[in-house]
Amino acid sequence: MTETTEVLRAEKVTKRFGGLIAVNTIDFAIPRGSIVSLIGPNGAGKTTFFNVIAGIYDPTDGRIEFRGETVIAHPRRAWLEPILWLVMPGVVAMATILASLAGLAQGTVILGIFATILVLLASLVTGVARGPAYQRFLGRFGIFRSARPNDMVVAGLGRTFQNIRLFQNMTVLENVQVGMHSRLHAGWVDALLSTPRNRAEELSSRIRAEELLALVGLQGTGDGLAKNLPYGDQRRLEIARAVASNPVLLLLDEPTAGMNPNETAGLTSLISRLRRDLGLTILLIEHDMKVVMGISDRVTVLDHGEKIAEGTPDEIRRDPKVIEAYLGAPAA
Amino acid sequence: MTAIASPAAHPNPLARGLRMTAIAVAAVIAYLVVLWMALSLFGGRTIDAAFPEALQQTVNALSIGAIYALIALGYTMVYGIIELINFAHGDIFMLGAFLSVVFIGGITGNNEAVTNIPLLIILILGALILTMPIIGLLNAGIERAVYRPLRKAPRLAPLITAVGVSFILQNVALTIAGSGDRRAPQIFPLDWQISVGGAEISILSIFIFVLAMVLMLGLQAFVTRTRLGRAMRATAQDQEAAALMGVDANQTISLTFLIGGMLAAAAGLVWGLRFGYVRFDLGFNSGLKAFTAAVLGGIGNITGAVIGGFIIGFIENFAAALGYARWQEFLIFVILTLVLIFRPTGILGQHSGDRA
Repeated sequence: MTETTEVLRAEKVTKRFGGLIAVNTIDFAIPRGSIVSLIGPNGAGKTTFFNVIAGIYDPTDGRIEFRGETVIAHPRRAWLEPILWLVMPGVVAMATILASLAGLAQGTVILGIFATILVLLASLVTGVARGPAYQRFLGRFGIFRSARPNDMVVAGLGRTFQNIRLFQNMTVLENVQVGMHSRLHAGWVDALLSTPRNRAEELSSRIRAEELLALVGLQGTGDGLAKNLPYGDQRRLEIARAVASNPVLLLLDEPTAGMNPNETAGLTSLISRLRRDLGLTILLIEHDMKVVMGISDRVTVLDHGEKIAEGTPDEIRRDPKVIEAYLGAPAA
Repeated sequence: MTAIASPAAHPNPLARGLRMTAIAVAAVIAYLVVLWMALSLFGGRTIDAAFPEALQQTVNALSIGAIYALIALGYTMVYGIIELINFAHGDIFMLGAFLSVVFIGGITGNNEAVTNIPLLIILILGALILTMPIIGLLNAGIERAVYRPLRKAPRLAPLITAVGVSFILQNVALTIAGSGDRRAPQIFPLDWQISVGGAEISILSIFIFVLAMVLMLGLQAFVTRTRLGRAMRATAQDQEAAALMGVDANQTISLTFLIGGMLAAAAGLVWGLRFGYVRFDLGFNSGLKAFTAAVLGGIGNITGAVIGGFIIGFIENFAAALGYARWQEFLIFVILTLVLIFRPTGILGQHSGDRA
């Protein structure tokens, strides 16, 4: 893949929920290797925008290019897809009906019914495995489906959540391993037969997971349950889990929410380290202005679903529109 | 959220496994003693005559419990991952029984027992290898075609749909096979027995129990130690978060149905070997009991389903051994009710906010 200078580019992205316009024609770009922050008052549409990027919502309008490829846009001719699945079994079923009308032996008809069911099952199961080949096949009929969240992870996007969403009843290490899911390859045959490949992969994923835990400062906690970690460590674990998929772009949704100043400082330095050590590009939603102004290269401000300002932290701090909508008059 | 049980969370899986085994062995011995006492006190046997009979019955209970456990796993896994009570699962089991009858009957061509051990093993394994993937695929296909479009619909919609699928499958079997009992070839010789202290223990029962244990331990290893098993547990806990970590929820759910169907097919095959008949409404009765087993153990929990299956097997066997076979269902549901009064989430169930 030829890498573009912009990891992500959003063009005129709009998301409506009924009458509410949560995100309104936003143009937005994230240069490779930068830390970009998204700020704005509550309800400004930051998280909705995040969710559109992550593939949770299809945008009502506009499109998103990720690493040079359009991956997310309003779906086109999606209704055609299920019809395509029914074509093959439909042909077999028609042949069966014709055979029975032509007065062929009953055995042929029963065989035809079974064949129909088998082909139907086969086409349904093919639809389960949606690889790039399948997407190209759909493209030939003019069908466009937005990438789903798991497709975005495969394409190179990792994210954390505003309110922690760890797999509470799994161990810390397993949480990180789930994050690696899309980079591991053992299929169910490997799993059932416990092939060398499966064992080697399990072992290497454990080692890698331990490394990532050490990177975020959670070494030695791997065997405990995620829900037993202290709050600040849960946030760190979320980051380790998001980084485990080797993303190009990392979305952090209010990573310092609910942290004390000490923990916040630690996390800020962790974010800088992630960029330096792993070469990540980072998009940050954050309310703590000290964090935002300290580590961002660029800041984008949203209000009522619209972009009201964009620039370096210094420019944003002085922008009268931003002060009015969000920052308020500088204290003292 | 209910979650597919996560035994790997225990700091020492081996110690946990040993403890579980010890508890299980203790429970089986306890059942043996209780049955022994009951037979001699209420069954009109002398205390010496009651013991061999109790031993025989205990092994039978284990084998029937293993069949229920295999079916119950399908209910509990599906509930764990999409919170759907898949009423059609019993009928998947029924179709598995029919299909294995077709395969075994088609190969052997008669209903006689096969005494050649290698041939017997090849026949049974061959039938398993053919039946399990087909029924598993059928189950996954039903999910794909029927339940997936309703994934975001209110809870009742997929539930009623599952009832509908159950009727469709029953009627397909009724149309093809007719309403009476169809003979299942009992290729496993029923007269193979081991004598222990005067008891004649059926080797078929032991075989069924061992086969089920192998499948269940395989499932356990799959769920706890592999990438796909982890994905399954993650999806059960938080589907959206799992998707945002790169887990394809649709694929994982299909896999869950596939595995559930495969286990039900294995249960169907051994059902035919043990009882020698299959019928179109098999899935209703056994399915209901297996569902009860899943609820008893704590629906959504894999270990719970296995425990529940064996408990149902014991209860049923207890009633039958004392000559009250007609009261089996009564006893099962009384005990289910009692357990649910004191532990509404079942024996190993976790609290869940809202349930269908």
